[in-house]
Amino acid sequence: MLSWFIKTPAQRPLFYVLVSALLVLALCCLLSLLFGAGGLTPQASLQTLLGNGTADDEFTVFHLRSTRTLIGLFVGLTLGIAGALMQAVARNPLAEPGLLGVSAGSSFAVAMALVMGASTATLTVGIAQLGALIGCICVLGAARMQGQHNDPIRLVLAGAALSSLLLAMTSLILLFDQRAADEIRFWVTGSVAGRDTNTLMSVLPSMLVAVACILYSAKPLASLALGERVAIGLGHKPRRIRGVIIVAVALLVGGATAIAGPVAFIGLVVPFAARALVGPDIRRTLWLCLPLGPIIVITADIISRLVAQPAEMPLGVLTAIVGAPVLLLIVRSRRLPTL
Amino acid sequence: MTPTALKQKPNTFCASLSADKLTLKHGKVSIIDQLDVTLPEGQVTAIVGPNGCGKSTLLNGLSRVHTPSSGVVLLDGKDIHSLPSKEVARRLALLPQDTLAPDGITIEELIRFGRHPHQSLLKQWAMDDQEAIKYALHAADLEGLKDRLLDTLSGGQRQRAWIAMSIAQETPLLLLDEPTSALDLGHQIEVFELIRNLSRQGKTLAMVVHDLPSACRYSDHIIAMKEGKILTQGSPKDIMTKELVRELYGVDCDLMPDPMTGSPILINIRRLRS
Repeated sequence: MLSWFIKTPAQRPLFYVLVSALLVLALCCLLSLLFGAGGLTPQASLQTLLGNGTADDEFTVFHLRSTRTLIGLFVGLTLGIAGALMQAVARNPLAEPGLLGVSAGSSFAVAMALVMGASTATLTVGIAQLGALIGCICVLGAARMQGQHNDPIRLVLAGAALSSLLLAMTSLILLFDQRAADEIRFWVTGSVAGRDTNTLMSVLPSMLVAVACILYSAKPLASLALGERVAIGLGHKPRRIRGVIIVAVALLVGGATAIAGPVAFIGLVVPFAARALVGPDIRRTLWLCLPLGPIIVITADIISRLVAQPAEMPLGVLTAIVGAPVLLLIVRSRRLPTL
Repeated sequence: MTPTALKQKPNTFCASLSADKLTLKHGKVSIIDQLDVTLPEGQVTAIVGPNGCGKSTLLNGLSRVHTPSSGVVLLDGKDIHSLPSKEVARRLALLPQDTLAPDGITIEELIRFGRHPHQSLLKQWAMDDQEAIKYALHAADLEGLKDRLLDTLSGGQRQRAWIAMSIAQETPLLLLDEPTSALDLGHQIEVFELIRNLSRQGKTLAMVVHDLPSACRYSDHIIAMKEGKILTQGSPKDIMTKELVRELYGVDCDLMPDPMTGSPILINIRRLRS
């Protein structure tokens, strides 16, 4: 059983790190069910989990909090994986969907749809994903145009420019439409609260497509880290790999954005931590992003429920507070790691 | 390990590589124009010439990295661009110049990439992969270092690790772009001797080399290029003359055979007096 998973010595640490991360994730999920705003104490929540709670308590724990945990799980999964993929495609440790305007493209598309008459309830996930795809292509195209496509800072600059432009345009169209503005106000800061599982279900089919894209191109994507010419020499097609991966990133980020709004920095922090733990190979990074993403999002969500009681701090605010220092840390390190 | 201690690894098939009226352009600028060339099978070919003469571009063209504007590259008689890329990668390996690996990759992990052309979605990892990697580690004399991180190695060891990746690819053809130009003398010899050993096992190799005496010593066939054209080609002893060196690099020199190996060496190199 172990030998099926561990084939080289290099994979041994991955296995143990992965198992530990899964245990931590289970603990996070439990804490997420126990702690929260409102009168329900952790002890009472625990009793409810064991089956001794009142109907009200059961509603809080099994409906409100579990939905929220599930959505946190989903958002963490998708954004962590999307970040790792985007960094591998751009060969740039700073490539993060939130910073590069992918999420902003997604929210812009959603705002447009709202103005055109959709409501948050009927909003299709496809619109958010299409917006993410356009944002993704714009920023990678802009950073490549000068030919110097492997300058990490250039990509981030292009992303910052695109992000501000899209956010400004989003604000602008919302200025003219009060109804849309009200619907979108809470959504654009990013939150896992008050979402329902229906959106989650409507996202799942496109997630299967994303998973298929990743399974198909994980190995060629890893070879891209050795350089374009080496990848071609090994019989891969870099253009096609990048195309497939960009579609996967758009599906993932668009899906997460449709559910929780733009949550920045998760795609930066999660792969950064994963690489630090198991090294740079994208296949190992992706495995570890699976538990790490949800761990970070759910932990951030628990904290965001507790720090500003009885109000709640939006998740997007908290991830930015945690994520921005990590970004500075990476930029300030003497030498950007090569991917 | 002595060079002769390598056990023979028979190639599953021979492969021939040639170009027919090959034209390669960077944008609108023509780098290689209407060039015909054939790599002699089972030999080491060195491509020499001044900077910017199109050596690397030719190698990229021959290895289907650079798509020709006109003309064809023929691998076993078929247009290389008409063959599936993976099938090409099972017959022809390429080691580009200035390779860059991600931080934190081990030698064995790097070599495993060489097995990609032999794997597919359904056939992920098999016994022959394990054997090929073992053999590549052995051939490049890296057995003791397989779990070391690539960025902790000397330049020569690192280059041998990259060549080992190509060995694991188990191709009858191997093209190398300036495999020694960033290395000091000792490391250059390490790499050249590895290349010669690979040739003795029946591989067809071509490499871009800057150093003429090394090119003469470690190759069976030299292609001398200038301004995108082949000036002359043939065995080192036959073609290496004062006139060729002057034509290629604009320097005067004298040639003498190496007293030990007989291969031509350059002495008394000086600037051309006008």
